[in-house]
Amino acid sequence: MSTRLATHGRLLDKSRPLTFTFNGKSFKGVEGDTLASALLANDQMMIGRSFKYHRPRGLVASGAEEPNGLVNMGEGGKFEPNQRVTTTELFDGLTCKSQNHWPSLDYDIGAINNHMARFMPAGFYYKTFMFPRFAWKHVFEPVIRMSAGLGNAPKDRDADTYEHFYAFVDVLVIGGGVAGLQAAKAAGDAGAKVLLIEQTAHWGGRAAVDGGTVDGVPVQAFIDATIDALDAMPNVQMRHRMMGAGVYDHGYVLGYERLTDHAPKTAGPRHRLWRICAAQTITATGALERGLSFAGNDIPGVLLASAVRDYAVNFGVSVGDRTVVVTNNDDAYRTAISLKEAGLDVPVILDARPTGGGALADAARALGIRVENGKAIASVQGGKRVTGVAICDQAGEGAVLEEIRCDCVAMSGGWSPVVHLWSHCGGKLNWDDDAVHFRPDPDRPPTGAKGEAFVITAGNASGEMDLHSVLQDADKAGKSAAKASGHAPTRTAAPTGESAPEAVMMAIWLMPHGAPIKLRAKSWLDYQNDVKVSDIQLAAQEGYESVEHAKRYTTLGMATDQGKLSNINGLATLANALDAEIPQVGTTTFRPPYTPISMGAIGGEARGDIFQPIRRTPMQGWHEANNGDFEPVGHWRRVFCYPKADETREQAAHREVLATRASLGLLDASTLGKIIVKGPDAGKFLDMLYTNMMSTLKPGRCRYGLMCSENGFLMDDGVVARIDDDTFLCHTTTGGAERIHAHMEEWLQTEWWDWQVYAANVTEQYAQIAVVGPNARKLLQKLTDEDVSNDAFSFMGWSDLTLGHIKARVFRISFSGELSYEIAVSASQGRALWDRLLVAGKEFGVTPYGTEALHIMRAEKGFIMIGDETDGTVIPQDLGLNWAISKKKTDYLGKRAQQRSHMADPDRWKLVGLKTLDGGTLPDGAYIVGEGVNANGQRRVIGRVTSTYHSPTLGYGIAFALLLHGPDRMGEVVNVAMIDDVDVPAQVCDLVFFDKDGEKQNV
Amino acid sequence: MKRYSVFAIAREAARYHSGWSRAWKSPVPQKKYDVVIIGAGGHGLATAFYLGKNFGITNVAIIEKGWLGGGNTGRNTTIIRSNYLQDPSAAIYEKARSLYETMSQDLNYNVMFSPRGVMMLAQTEHEVRGYKRTAHANALQGVSTEFISADRVKELAPIINISGPRYPVLGALWQERGGTARHDAVAWGYARACSDMGMDILQKCEVTGVRSIGGKVVGVDTTKGAIDCEKLAIVVAGNSGDIARMAGFRLPMESVALQALVSEPIKPALDVVVMANTVHGYMSQSDKGEMVIGGGTDAYNNYTQRGGFHHIEETVRALVETFPMISRLKMLRQWGGIVDVTGDRSPIIGTTPLGNCFINCGWGTGGFKSIPGGGWATAELIAKGTPGPLCAEFGLNRFTEGRFIDESVAAGVAH
Ligand SMILES: Cc1cc2nc3c(=O)[nH]c(=O)nc-3n(C[C@H](O)[C@H](O)[C@H](O)COP(=O)(O)OP(=O)(O)OC[C@H]3O[C@@H](n4cnc5c(N)ncnc54)[C@H](O)[C@@H]3O)c2cc1C
Repeated sequence: MSTRLATHGRLLDKSRPLTFTFNGKSFKGVEGDTLASALLANDQMMIGRSFKYHRPRGLVASGAEEPNGLVNMGEGGKFEPNQRVTTTELFDGLTCKSQNHWPSLDYDIGAINNHMARFMPAGFYYKTFMFPRFAWKHVFEPVIRMSAGLGNAPKDRDADTYEHFYAFVDVLVIGGGVAGLQAAKAAGDAGAKVLLIEQTAHWGGRAAVDGGTVDGVPVQAFIDATIDALDAMPNVQMRHRMMGAGVYDHGYVLGYERLTDHAPKTAGPRHRLWRICAAQTITATGALERGLSFAGNDIPGVLLASAVRDYAVNFGVSVGDRTVVVTNNDDAYRTAISLKEAGLDVPVILDARPTGGGALADAARALGIRVENGKAIASVQGGKRVTGVAICDQAGEGAVLEEIRCDCVAMSGGWSPVVHLWSHCGGKLNWDDDAVHFRPDPDRPPTGAKGEAFVITAGNASGEMDLHSVLQDADKAGKSAAKASGHAPTRTAAPTGESAPEAVMMAIWLMPHGAPIKLRAKSWLDYQNDVKVSDIQLAAQEGYESVEHAKRYTTLGMATDQGKLSNINGLATLANALDAEIPQVGTTTFRPPYTPISMGAIGGEARGDIFQPIRRTPMQGWHEANNGDFEPVGHWRRVFCYPKADETREQAAHREVLATRASLGLLDASTLGKIIVKGPDAGKFLDMLYTNMMSTLKPGRCRYGLMCSENGFLMDDGVVARIDDDTFLCHTTTGGAERIHAHMEEWLQTEWWDWQVYAANVTEQYAQIAVVGPNARKLLQKLTDEDVSNDAFSFMGWSDLTLGHIKARVFRISFSGELSYEIAVSASQGRALWDRLLVAGKEFGVTPYGTEALHIMRAEKGFIMIGDETDGTVIPQDLGLNWAISKKKTDYLGKRAQQRSHMADPDRWKLVGLKTLDGGTLPDGAYIVGEGVNANGQRRVIGRVTSTYHSPTLGYGIAFALLLHGPDRMGEVVNVAMIDDVDVPAQVCDLVFFDKDGEKQNV
Repeated sequence: MKRYSVFAIAREAARYHSGWSRAWKSPVPQKKYDVVIIGAGGHGLATAFYLGKNFGITNVAIIEKGWLGGGNTGRNTTIIRSNYLQDPSAAIYEKARSLYETMSQDLNYNVMFSPRGVMMLAQTEHEVRGYKRTAHANALQGVSTEFISADRVKELAPIINISGPRYPVLGALWQERGGTARHDAVAWGYARACSDMGMDILQKCEVTGVRSIGGKVVGVDTTKGAIDCEKLAIVVAGNSGDIARMAGFRLPMESVALQALVSEPIKPALDVVVMANTVHGYMSQSDKGEMVIGGGTDAYNNYTQRGGFHHIEETVRALVETFPMISRLKMLRQWGGIVDVTGDRSPIIGTTPLGNCFINCGWGTGGFKSIPGGGWATAELIAKGTPGPLCAEFGLNRFTEGRFIDESVAAGVAH
């Protein structure tokens, strides 16, 4: 059984007991435990069920590579599925439940899949579930979905918060083992600005467990001294519980800091996402141990040798009382020695190498441990827990020589450098035949914009495996990184490390060498996804030879550990099956993040009201206080209408239209884009930008203009006012301001860079209010002494006026067909003016109106709306706006495009008005159909409705439509198709429904 | 070809599956083929399949620089829908969708087409009008879609927050017969069928040059030597500009990275595909249980098959707001593909300046759903030498004529 040792536990504070629950059972742990070590200390070996066959699963590893130890953790708004127990620090009151089983961990109906495993090899689902056709959606898929998935879906809204940080450093060091510490020290000594991060809560990494000396002192003393030294350096920042998640182009690195996962009652954000710009990044990410493939290697109780050692040394937990060690290298002997020293039984070490191990093997023997060279495990016995192993010759086919009772198997298949972060952004790997692993190729690093390398590896992550070369490599990495970021490294020598020498390992992947299919079909590679040696071999046999095909066909490495444990073994198995070399087969692509990171952290603070920046006009507060019904328009929220007591939105908008047309309305038009275009070439520039001639506009006057894209399509419209000879003010649509400003800049910066023009987006500098209706002039006159009569201030003119004490620029323009002034004042005066207009307008029954009334009034007057009449496929000529296209200019953006055959086609749909025969309102987006059918046998479409409203002014429905030969069809009745197949007849009419002669506007 | 079935599996189980044969051969290139197709993505393989199936042309090589299906076909988020706005689009996407319905049976390979329904959320008044228009257009095109209310959205996808403070859901365009399929299986299924018809799929073979004489292609140079052909089809998505350069013409197209990501798997929580274009993100749940998430393209041109983090952040932020429950899920993996984006966001299928050279490209962010339709149309184009009705409107000439088929009108993101 697994239990807590009386001695050992370097990371524990045994004086601080903690309680937690697993599947409702109350367990005890201590401060410093991970959830994994605490579960083991309570003899909870089995933790979950595998993905496909629902086989019992226990811990295999002690860190980020753990594929099995996943639980549903927490409750309510703090619930989280798939929490990896090996990287979860225990806290008091933690609650968790095992996953992927029903009804319980011990009795799982899904385990029936295990008995069907013979029928469910890799990719079996591609070969079946095809009949009857409808069964996939209705039967097979739902059943598969229920059985797949791991943790439960969270139900409640996340109770935690998250935040984002930015950091700019010379040298980022990822990994706080001895390599990372030494690299940070070397870079810090050189004066570089260093950020050192470590994913766990502890510095020192593996060395502290594995022992050795540095400059004659025990490695732990070296670690402590280096931490103190780093702490004292003002140019070095250290963060633990922070993982390097991804490396991106140009040295952009993602850091993931877990602030309160270990202490959830702490106030503040749970996770912090760091966006780090580092001139140089050092990955000192260590190495991960690999397993070995033998029959039954997935039975709970079979663990990595390093994990068994970690649990004993770091957490004072014995995984088993009797541990069989099986290995192809020397490192695993350290586990045997640690266990023996902790008073535990190691009945045998099976060393698959015929010549066995070196000094460590001698040390093990000296402790009285039996060591068998050239031996392997034929099979592991047990169901929900290891009960013993059968031993065989590695060279043979699995004939059992002996059976040994044990409750734990510690396996080691060698070590692989953690090359993930090196590889994210294009760093390449070499296969090292002696060390039997892929290691970074320093000659093919990730490179930046100038071809310079920006990632350096250090220590185990470089493929250096003994303490001395780790320290040398790390010191060099730190110095090189400092130098590359502009700091002169010191000349101090790197510390000298000493550790037990190791004999060479042997590339052994499968046990025994000649394992027959019966054994291979029970030899696991990917524990979570249930991929066995036989599955990879089947993939190869069926032609899925590329490593990517084999991965996808078998799902190897696609589990939540992303193959940290299984990938190398898997591709070695594939290489063997194909009779190829491992480097020829290659690896799959390493993608961020290194281990999964929370979506909450990625989203950051941006939630709810501040999900996106909110843009507020100066009058927003009044709108909110006066029942404004808002709609999002870009990042603005505009008032759709201001409903009274029990008015519907439609009733409110209609009331607003009628009140405005009868007397006086007010519109907050601040969101309209305002761009100042200035310079000696401003007129020339605007002549290119607009289809109209703008250079001839007189200061003091306004002109309505159209802008097209290079492709000739209408992209925006608005009124341009000439302020003085050099200065124009261009109004854009609300949604268009940023887009049009960028469009201007693009042309100025890339094509007309020698023109003397500047464009500035001043949208937010001004509040703008439209004063609209027959009484608009009376209201204006109340606020100023200046003459605002038609003669003094005519239509399409503008004037600087003082309204009370407020300086204003007033444009006499109209989008409603009424007498109308748009008053621009500096943003800080907007609310004051609004309030003043409301007071002064009281006698005229002034009515604030929203976007819906605006739309209705413009439609009544036959004005187009960008985004309604246009959709990126419409040219001004379609809309009857030829009058706004200058014939005198030699060029403007879109002119050439508009001469292409399809653009000049007389059969293009043209804009007209539509009236239903019964006065009803046409639906949005409906199409107009003609006689006959098209090439696909469908009804022939000859037009479509672009805008449609009930006109409160006229008392019937009005619409605009783009219609084939529209202007030639005045008076004709056309059919508008409804979705339910009933056509509605409508009569083609002029676009201007109201006040054709402009009598209301030009007074 | 050994037929796949539950009985075949049972038979094989008895002998530990030792009897399964290769899904596709690994041939040595011949000197010459009637048709050479560059690119063994979905569209290249489907083109080959329908050349054989519909026209009996089987002396065909499909040349692939990497592994078949390893381009965008093996990287996409597998949304299948045909609720497009413009008539030519709706026709080819609906043809493709209907072919997906029977693809597993046609190929004897389970591609797991799952018509679970696709909804596109309307979160502004403008979007409401846009989707209503699409619903009207679809009704006339014979594509069954429907504009549904916010309440119905909630019913179909209970994990959506329909009343968020910024962009409350106002309704959605719903295509009940849209859905997803297993992307690898689509490529593999076609590859197996093509190989079975005697076609050669040449993997790890990169085309490095296009040889032509007098305005006609005579063959291609590859890393496995020169290969001659009577007709050439270029079906290489993000690399189209590159191959066109080899062939001596240019394309109105840009190559940019489109990224996607998955969460760790969880038990079923979302039964439909949801696209939220105002906030820029979409999500579905794979059969394995992962939330499959995507968004918009990166802003800069790129050939590296990876992208920046900025878009991932924007997409996830949008979806955490739309589906608050995913806040406590974790991102497992992000990746990218290089998509081929044309000026009007519609594909190019047609002839080229070289008489016997044809092209299928420009699917951009949304060409998985069209694989069978695109293949069908391209096969017809190659066999007959002139475009058939499905692709007549998609020729290169539309750019010189100004006859755009603009789909970005309907949706900012066109997956
Ligand atoms: C992240 C992402 C998400 C997406 N989501 C969706 C979605 O939800 N729904 C949807 O419908 N679409 C989606 N798409 C788009 C879809 O994936 C593509 O449009 C579609 O797969 C294109 O297929 P293809 O066969 O044209 O290209 P590919 O699959 O890219 O195939 C082209 C092939 O050509 C090969 N090639 C290139 N150059 C050469 C050469 N010189 N020699 C030989 N071979 C060469 C490439 O290696 C590649 O295999 C998405 C794309 C991405 C990247």
